[in-house]
Amino acid sequence: MSFQLDNVGLRYPNEQQALSRITLGAGRGERIAVIGPSGAGKTSLLRLLAAALRPSDGRIEVLQQKPWQLSSRALRRLRCRIGVVHQKPPIPGRQRAVTAILAGRLGVWPWWKSVLSLIYPADIDGAEAQLARLELADRLFERCDRLSGGQLQRVGVARVLYQQPDLILADEPVSAMDPTLANHTISQLVNEASSRSVTMVASLHAVDLALHWFPRIVGLKGGAVAFDLPPVRVSDALLRDLYASESSVPPTQGLEPLALPEPGFRHAMPRKFLSP
Amino acid sequence: MMATHAHRLDPDALKRATGLLVGLLLLWPLLVLSQFQPAALFEARNLMAMANFLKGFVPPEMSADFLGRTVTATIETLAIATAGVALAFLIAAPLALAMTRALSIARIGPGPGRHLSDVLHAIARVLLVSLRGVPELVWALVFVRALGLGAAAGVLALAITYGGMLAKVYAEILESCDAEPARVLLQAGSRRTLALLYGLLPNAAQEMVSYTVYRWECAVRASVVMGFVGAGGLGQLMDQAMKMLNGGEAATILIVFILLVLLADAISAGLRRQLS
Amino acid sequence: MSADHTTMSADRSKAFHVCTTCLLTLVMLSALIIGSFAYLSLGLNRLFTLDAAQELGRFFLSFFPPDVSRDFVAKTAKASLETLAISAVGTLLAVACGLLLALPASGRYGAGMRAVTRFMLNLLRSVPELVWAALMVLAAGLGPFAGTLALAAHTSGVLGRLFAEALENAPRAPAGALVEAGATPAVAFLYGTLPLVFPQLLAYTLYRWEMNIRMAAILGFVGAGGLGQMLYYELSLFHQAQACTVIIAMLLLTALVDGLSATLRQRQVSAHV
Repeated sequence: MSFQLDNVGLRYPNEQQALSRITLGAGRGERIAVIGPSGAGKTSLLRLLAAALRPSDGRIEVLQQKPWQLSSRALRRLRCRIGVVHQKPPIPGRQRAVTAILAGRLGVWPWWKSVLSLIYPADIDGAEAQLARLELADRLFERCDRLSGGQLQRVGVARVLYQQPDLILADEPVSAMDPTLANHTISQLVNEASSRSVTMVASLHAVDLALHWFPRIVGLKGGAVAFDLPPVRVSDALLRDLYASESSVPPTQGLEPLALPEPGFRHAMPRKFLSP
Repeated sequence: MMATHAHRLDPDALKRATGLLVGLLLLWPLLVLSQFQPAALFEARNLMAMANFLKGFVPPEMSADFLGRTVTATIETLAIATAGVALAFLIAAPLALAMTRALSIARIGPGPGRHLSDVLHAIARVLLVSLRGVPELVWALVFVRALGLGAAAGVLALAITYGGMLAKVYAEILESCDAEPARVLLQAGSRRTLALLYGLLPNAAQEMVSYTVYRWECAVRASVVMGFVGAGGLGQLMDQAMKMLNGGEAATILIVFILLVLLADAISAGLRRQLS
Repeated sequence: MSADHTTMSADRSKAFHVCTTCLLTLVMLSALIIGSFAYLSLGLNRLFTLDAAQELGRFFLSFFPPDVSRDFVAKTAKASLETLAISAVGTLLAVACGLLLALPASGRYGAGMRAVTRFMLNLLRSVPELVWAALMVLAAGLGPFAGTLALAAHTSGVLGRLFAEALENAPRAPAGALVEAGATPAVAFLYGTLPLVFPQLLAYTLYRWEMNIRMAAILGFVGAGGLGQMLYYELSLFHQAQACTVIIAMLLLTALVDGLSATLRQRQVSAHV
């Protein structure tokens, strides 16, 4: 079991109920895409799984440990094994990409190595290798505030790739990228997950990417699980219902909109997106 | 297929190394020149002097006679500050007007007397730079030598330095004001100086007064400091106490000084709030 | 028409009321100013006699020309270097102490620590540099070291408070994300918060150095070395020409540090971590 949520609820201090009665579990190496309209609670769910937020109700177990019953040192060690890709990477503008990427291993490095790495990066080759996978190696020594939104997101992904976690949680990791780049980046994350048999949960706003790359789709609406199905069983009616509050057509990041309302619409996806 | 490449080096490494080296090379002579010897703090002679002095701190000198002298000195300090700023204002007002007059030619409109204005402007600038460049304590020392010990030295030192400061800020405030009312007056035929006074002053007055009150607060502190070179007030009292190594008296004066600064701060804040 | 009449009289009374407050303040202010002059019995009117004015004029003229003999200029140059060193080392010490105190003062270790450290910083700030110098002369003896310590003490208070405010206002997201990825709070601070606030900290430090060079020149008046000690000595012997040289050296030194500070500030805009 990579993680298990039982009847988990999350209530923010301002009384807003972000999640209610979530029951979700995943085995090792599973790939799950979480989709849903804005405000459905996707980010909250991921933060719960990252042991960054404490649930208000229910039980949570991540990587076979109960995070909120651990000592602070044990919790820190648990968090080292969880990699979070943020939608807007919280990286100081003046920091260079290489330092931002190497920060992925700060949890495991001894303190003196972390300090020395600020003066001279400790593992330039390692950082470069990860950035090269995302086609951004030439910007290795660039300041992060000189990167575009999509490039910064790739640095965030590279950081998690460098971290080599046992659980990858990605919160809208490609929202600022163009379709080709988004597809490539997701493919790299999926490669990483499958090559090391690591569980991955990604929240995506673009349904086409979710349906293409992930064998398990969880629909989230109003803080509750709407459905938990493999892509073939995610029908257009389910999608329309899920995104009813947003638009009549579910959002995509592909070059063409999802072709509704044929039941076998998946085959309408452009050929070039079907091979990694 | 990834091509093998040489290990990349941090392009900033050389710059950082040189910077670090230069810093260290400069640090050594700086420490030598400033006679940096922490060991001096623990020399028997100094420890004794300091210990005796600090022993006197508790309890602070509270005799009626000394408290009376302290109160007198405090009033003297306040008087020095007030008189000094008043004189400074008398110096600053015409200077500021002269500067603004010259600078506002383009803004307010053309007219006769341009060359005279330029000359006045140049003189004003040179005067200001020399007045402001020399610290008020140096002026105080010079005036003590010229006029003897006492408050006059302090008042004149404040008048000169603060006069320069006030003139510069007044000119800046007048410059940043909306020139429209003055322009209207000029077009209606009034003389240039009057146009300035009646056009710019009403808007600028509040800011100018606010800054003057703030300067008065600084003057209170400066007056105490100037007392150390013989310009009267609380500072002179404290200088005498320290020369006698009288810890008790020094402690009382320190407490009174801190209270005085708080009082001046409160008065200044209150006045400035009332103005807005 | 009666409505107009009431509004008009209301306005008039309001204007009258404002005027009285203005007038009252003006009267009180004038009273205080005149009172100050009277209390001090400055005898400035004595200055306006011809004899006194002439004597004062002669005194100021005796400053020129300044003494530019080789030996004295060398002596002044050495004192200038000493003053520069006092300001530099004092400011560096203050940055270290200030940062150390700023961490708890920004509230990272709880409200209790914050209150205590803020009080300490206020205490350090409130005592003027010259008073610190007089105290440090007792603790460390006459000479530039006392000046360095005095500057360090006062500036720690100033920089500590500025640093604490910068730290408090810094966004917490970068450091927070690192902590959530398993880093210790200290390392998360170095990687997540420090790069954010570093430009501000440097700007404050350079600005403070500009102020400190002016202060370092003066601290010598109470025996803390440098140009100040030289100036005090020369003036007490009524060596005006020599005093003028020292004052010119002070002005040059201040201009130099102002220029250096401006250059460094421009350079660091392009620097990065």
